[in-house]
Amino acid sequence: MDRRLMCGSHVIGEAATRAGCRFYAGYPITPQNELPEYMSKRFAKMDDAIFIQAESELAAINMVMGASMAGVRAMTSSSSPGISLKQEGISYIAGMELPAVIVNIMRGGPGLGNIAPSQQDYFQATRGGGHGGYRTIVLAPCSGQEMVTLTMKAFDLADAYRTPVLVLGDGLMGQMMEPVTFPDPIDPAATLPQKDWVLDGAGGRDSRLIASLILDPIDMEQHNWKLAGKYKAICESETRHESYLLDDAVLAVVAFGTAARIAKGAVNRVRKAGLKVGLFRPISLWPFPEKELKALSSTIKHLLVFEMNLGQMVEDVKISVGEQATVDFHGRPGGIISTPHEIAGEITKLIYRYDTG
Amino acid sequence: MTITKTIFSGFGGQGVLVMGYVLATSGMHDDKHVTFLPSYGAEVRGGTANCTVTVSDEPIASPVASFPDFAVLMNTPSLVKFEEGIKAGGIVFLNSDLVELKPKRRDIQVVSIPINSIAERVGNVRSANMVMIGAFIQKTGLVSLKSVIRSVKSIFETKGSKVHKMNTLAIEQGSAFVK
Repeated sequence: MDRRLMCGSHVIGEAATRAGCRFYAGYPITPQNELPEYMSKRFAKMDDAIFIQAESELAAINMVMGASMAGVRAMTSSSSPGISLKQEGISYIAGMELPAVIVNIMRGGPGLGNIAPSQQDYFQATRGGGHGGYRTIVLAPCSGQEMVTLTMKAFDLADAYRTPVLVLGDGLMGQMMEPVTFPDPIDPAATLPQKDWVLDGAGGRDSRLIASLILDPIDMEQHNWKLAGKYKAICESETRHESYLLDDAVLAVVAFGTAARIAKGAVNRVRKAGLKVGLFRPISLWPFPEKELKALSSTIKHLLVFEMNLGQMVEDVKISVGEQATVDFHGRPGGIISTPHEIAGEITKLIYRYDTG
Repeated sequence: MTITKTIFSGFGGQGVLVMGYVLATSGMHDDKHVTFLPSYGAEVRGGTANCTVTVSDEPIASPVASFPDFAVLMNTPSLVKFEEGIKAGGIVFLNSDLVELKPKRRDIQVVSIPINSIAERVGNVRSANMVMIGAFIQKTGLVSLKSVIRSVKSIFETKGSKVHKMNTLAIEQGSAFVK
């Protein structure tokens, strides 16, 4: 198999292209500039793909909205402050039930923050982000190869549910290089199912309307119930997670993305010292793998949530397990990258505190 | 050793990230698991740059190094920053032409190489990083020298055969110095 050493942002770009993405619009911001850079080069060599460096984040997300209305697989990307700017558009896209893929390579915040890796946008990503009570599917890869599979999956999910899908990485995921392999590209014109709702010229058929403005509250309530039904279906079938060394574990670290990689290093280390510790890694952050985590807490009574923020996913963990397990938290905000030995220290502390293992 | 972490550090412009990239690419060619993690602050030529490369026989859990096995330090500030964190028994590779201090620790092995002088003898001080990677590979055996030369050739393919010859010579000279 042909392995290529690529940085995460380039991997996302190539995976998107192979998934049939034919429209990209974005506005530069570190630490994700390698992604638009890649798309510009990649699309320049293709006859059926368009790259636009937009004049702003707002313009970019609205261009993606338009491309999606026309039936094309479309993507934009940014980093935290830029994603905030896109939220209005994302809410509209959710309201209009349009597929779109949005990549957030997070940085330290709040405000303009810094360019170091962080997971400080968990709340924003998993609670919709903009106004109006919508949801977005959120996928959090933790390796180059998973960026391939999840980016491609993001386009399928966006189309299947006609909803915006976020790929949530951070500066480390975007910059780190790992060897990856790619599946063969799909030909979107030949392989993807026809979309019977797109605005592609009404000649010969009834006109269609795609809008998020629904003035009559009765109609708007119906629309909201329709979205709720869709979100319920997503929750039932689209949770994803990884279990690592959990079978005999007395304590599980819960972490996603980059934090999960660091935690895995820590788990390997404390295992060498004989501690029975494993890792539960949510891959879909929304829908959150609530049932799976709850089931886990019937046997594993101590959870340590580690995030590169001051405690966001920990709330979902607590909602999931209730009183069934203790939930402790360790977090580093602002773009600090913890080392495995720091996390190993936290794990050891808890093993002593609960006098377990 | 199944998993090995190396930090490369120096001034921006010394080819520190290229060294890491060469090691990671070579590891991949040797069918190892690799990660290459660059520091990416608001870097400028003359500022500091570093990267962490993991080479492993098994899948790599964390790309971040708690305590690197090896540190390749191209200037004095790099030694100040990374000496403390090196694993006991680890090896530090110093560019003795530019590093003015001596490591204080006694539990690490120090390999001092006059990198700039060797590079100048080869014909261009800009191949200093190639001299260092040659010495590093010779001493650590992390990947094969053959893979390194192959990787360097492919990375700098567009630069032509003259550059390739100089790079190869620089790698060989660095390797020979520590043999």
